[in-house]
Amino acid sequence: MKLMTPKEGQTVAERTKPQEFAAPEVNIFETKDGYVLEAEMPGVNKSGLEITLEGTELTLVGHRTTQTLPGGPLFRESSTADFRRVFELDPAIDASKIAAKMEQGILTLTLPKSEEVKPRRITVD
Amino acid sequence: MNNLVRWQRPVLGTWTGWGQLTDLREEIDRLFETPLAELARGSQLLSNWTPAVDVHEDKDNVYVKAELPGMKKEEIEVTLHEGTLSISGERKVENKVKNSEVYRAERFFGRFQRTVGLPSAVASDKVKAQYTDGILTITLPKTEEAKPKQIDVNVS
Repeated sequence: MKLMTPKEGQTVAERTKPQEFAAPEVNIFETKDGYVLEAEMPGVNKSGLEITLEGTELTLVGHRTTQTLPGGPLFRESSTADFRRVFELDPAIDASKIAAKMEQGILTLTLPKSEEVKPRRITVD
Repeated sequence: MNNLVRWQRPVLGTWTGWGQLTDLREEIDRLFETPLAELARGSQLLSNWTPAVDVHEDKDNVYVKAELPGMKKEEIEVTLHEGTLSISGERKVENKVKNSEVYRAERFFGRFQRTVGLPSAVASDKVKAQYTDGILTITLPKTEEAKPKQIDVNVS
């Protein structure tokens, strides 16, 4: 009687590995006019960025440009994971005026507050 | 500073303590999302920025890659000395944003230094370094003597 054995390299159950993400580190500053968010995503350039806004939820995704070094690895500390982080935005932010800039792996987002919300001086007649 | 929660007018009937629990959850999420290599390199609480470094080699070159986002190339120093490569520099705090309050500060600024021992002798005058997308890639060609050579075996 011949037992069925799995062929070399064949897994019994194939599971798709869920994509692992690393969270980029951020600095967030607030001024009376709005917010500035800086996210560190080394290895990501403009074409690898996906910024989506749903209501007040901002999702930042950065895909690394695959630059594996040639040759065999001797020492590896970097991660190949792409970046992802979700933020809950202050409802005072004017979504239509959000601006993004990408330079040397740093994404800088400028999120201005909408005009009505800014402190305003009220003159007394 | 990170634990200060912005005051928002409480909605009737909502427990305002949720804000702090969300922060705690975010911190725990971050802990799990951080690649393990970063944790192994040491906590940033110790104020020590150790950028991730990779070293590869093939028969002609040694390659070193360091993740240094947000720097200007003038701020990066690469030195080669007696078989070790040193990458150092200082990331200056740029107060680009005037009159601002820091809401969250995770990025590290300041001096850093990484030194790696090279696996073979390299021709120091032929070393090339390139800084793109926040990644510094250094290519160090091996000296002729260091390259692997085929030795013919004679049978007599």
